[in-house]
Amino acid sequence: MAEPILSASGVEKCFGPVQVLFGVDVDVRAGEVHAIVGENGAGKSTLMKILAGYHRPTAGTIRVDGAVVEFAGSGDAERLGVVLIHQEFNLAEHLTVEENVFLGRELRRGLFLDRSAMRERAHQVLAELDCPVDPRTRVRDLAVSERQMVEIGKAVSRDVRVLIMDEPTAVLTGAETAVLFRLIRRLTAQGVGVVYISHKLDEVKALADRVTVLRDGRHIATRDAADLSQDDIAQLMVGRPVSDLFPEKIHPPADAAVVLEADGISVPGWVEGASFTLRKGEILGFAGLVGAGRTELMEGLLGLRRRTAGQIRRDGRALRLRHLDDATAAGIAYLSEDRKGKGLLVAKGLRPNLTLLALERYGRVFIDEAKEETALERAVQEFDIRVRDPGVAVSSLSGGNQQKLLLAKTMQVEPTILIADEPTRGIDIGTKQQIYRFLHDFARRGGSVILISSELMEVIGLSHRVVVMRAGTVTGTLEGDAIEEAEIVRYATGLKGGPATDGPTGRLEDGRAA
Amino acid sequence: MTSPVLRDARPRRPGGIDLKLYGPFIALAALIVIGVLVNPVFLSPGNIGNVLTRTAFIGIIAVGATFVITAGGIDLSVGSLAAFSSGMAIVAMNATVASLGAGVPVVLVGMLVAVALGLAAGLVNGLVVTRGRIEAFIVTLGTMGIYRSLVTWMADGGTLSLNSSVRAVYRPVYYGGIYGVSYPIILFAVVACVGALILYRTRFGRYCMAIGSNEEVARYSAINVDRVKLLAFVLQGVCVALAVVVYVPRLGSASATTGLLWELEAIAAVIIGGTMLKGGYGRIWGTVVGAVMLTLIDNILNLTGAVSVYLNGAIQGTIIIVAVLLQRGATARR
Repeated sequence: MAEPILSASGVEKCFGPVQVLFGVDVDVRAGEVHAIVGENGAGKSTLMKILAGYHRPTAGTIRVDGAVVEFAGSGDAERLGVVLIHQEFNLAEHLTVEENVFLGRELRRGLFLDRSAMRERAHQVLAELDCPVDPRTRVRDLAVSERQMVEIGKAVSRDVRVLIMDEPTAVLTGAETAVLFRLIRRLTAQGVGVVYISHKLDEVKALADRVTVLRDGRHIATRDAADLSQDDIAQLMVGRPVSDLFPEKIHPPADAAVVLEADGISVPGWVEGASFTLRKGEILGFAGLVGAGRTELMEGLLGLRRRTAGQIRRDGRALRLRHLDDATAAGIAYLSEDRKGKGLLVAKGLRPNLTLLALERYGRVFIDEAKEETALERAVQEFDIRVRDPGVAVSSLSGGNQQKLLLAKTMQVEPTILIADEPTRGIDIGTKQQIYRFLHDFARRGGSVILISSELMEVIGLSHRVVVMRAGTVTGTLEGDAIEEAEIVRYATGLKGGPATDGPTGRLEDGRAA
Repeated sequence: MTSPVLRDARPRRPGGIDLKLYGPFIALAALIVIGVLVNPVFLSPGNIGNVLTRTAFIGIIAVGATFVITAGGIDLSVGSLAAFSSGMAIVAMNATVASLGAGVPVVLVGMLVAVALGLAAGLVNGLVVTRGRIEAFIVTLGTMGIYRSLVTWMADGGTLSLNSSVRAVYRPVYYGGIYGVSYPIILFAVVACVGALILYRTRFGRYCMAIGSNEEVARYSAINVDRVKLLAFVLQGVCVALAVVVYVPRLGSASATTGLLWELEAIAAVIIGGTMLKGGYGRIWGTVVGAVMLTLIDNILNLTGAVSVYLNGAIQGTIIIVAVLLQRGATARR
């Protein structure tokens, strides 16, 4: 068995009075994929940041090749070949790919940059990764998956020995994930150790050689992946058996009223003539590949994007939606897929975030802060937002708790229609289950939900009907037994439901992360 | 769902006092102590009143600037606007004195002109920023040049002087007061109180902070971002107008150098007060303290004589940098 390249023993970490890691041991061997799993707040990211030199451990030691090291910063770790790829990419958007790859260690000829040599090297690295990106492209013009490849390219070009990846597939499509996996296998074949953090247990199972489970900052287990089923991992993560991830579906009555009708909605560049209906008490799933235009359809519907065609009817009556507050007034609320970019003010506390959307309900002229506090206490209870001090900034909450806060914020306007866009992206399984139950209960009490999700299991497990989109058009609406993985994929890739003009994985638009 | 478990929190504060919140007040206290040590006259009611009266112009403008900066914008045109509307008010009063006679009505006309101009200028800045999608820095850099040039042109490079009989009527607005408190101080206090109420307690104030911290989040929270930004610029314009109303009787004239660099002094007061230049976090009382500190430094230098008054700018500059360094330190330690 290979010697570990990188190992940590007895690592503890305190932020002020709060301890987030308790004597954690973990090691990475050459050529293995070591998955680290755990719920949000389990301490995975903190541990990774310690391994990569971004944080110093409060206690414990880090060893590289058996020798104790102390990283003063991520630069020290990178010099020894330990590189962390962040969840949020560390790329300079306005620079080109080659400039990013060599950022901070530019090749020079005399006083000046040796651009041709750098382009040559960048080209080589990207070719090795099967990434057909021109090194002269600016990063802001790249799709999210291509950015990820550039990040990896940047790491590989630095003679990486241990590559730490934090949720690399959170933003990737199925096909892109497959490319990433091939790449990871190629890297491990070359002897690189990969630390892989993911919430997607099927990926962990497919990719990892060993799995380490963390819970509440403690090391729970490290086992060979072969010895663990996905269920075993989930149980170790939550510390209790997980059964019934999805609540049992309760179908709305057959004669349930249509509460929302969208007819021929077009959003320039994204959506062409999309129509659907939503009934009272229904969870309507929206499936499709990344870039199929689901988010854009909803944003166009709500007046967040320019809409060039289409009618909307609410309870049978025509509805004008020009701004988001028109939608709010009509009892429609939107939970954005982009929690940090569009959902929450991460530098602010919980209270102003909770009430921002519904601030009109908190006083006519002056804001009633006592009422806000009461609302926050209630939301913390109802949505199980775990926070020690409600005065802290939202950025210090874990992803799952942020998501619950965002959901609570959205529900402050007491909508009867909730459009939930990727409501469980990047959060742990326990929180996912809570959100599933919330959506289920909301529909059961007579609310209606539009659920956009890239996780097929989620759409299948929750939805009463599923609308499938592809390249900006609705290709099918599935009901009953037709709601199953293979069928959805057929519609999503163009094998079924309309002319397949541009190949099965055709994408309308790549620059999603603009 | 289950009952809340208390966990998942980083440390609250790095121990001790919150420098961001109280730093400006501590610095002000320190300045006052220095002032007393330097010269006992410092604490005399006369000197204090003098300092506060002179602070009023910049202070009133800086309260408005707090809103614009909190909402993620900046307004460089305030100094030029103050000069331009002073000039316009004087011209209007001089033009109407013949028909209305040298009395209160003429002065009211002058005030009205100043306020109307302030409103209009705020609207222009706000509309060009929101409708034209141009950065506030660039728009107000442009209007700054325009107003400065207009007042110079109106005065033909010289000075616009208020009719001396009107000046006599208007004079008490700067030099008079109630119970020994001058009108500029009273106006400053009122503007600050109203400003604090608006920023901390109304939806508009909350929306300014939201837009300054993340405009997209604000948009997705059904906030009419353009309207809030526009309002912030209008508020700034009104504040400039109010400052002009109490400034004109001080000298009774306006020239190309009136209000020169006021925009930078106002921004300095805002920043010393703890408001973040990149937006999202605003402090009205901090701004008030910042404005007072800037005048105090000048005052203390005048009272000592140990340090040349010509070094005033250097000391102010140092204080601005130190203030921001301290605030940075307070947040970075987390």
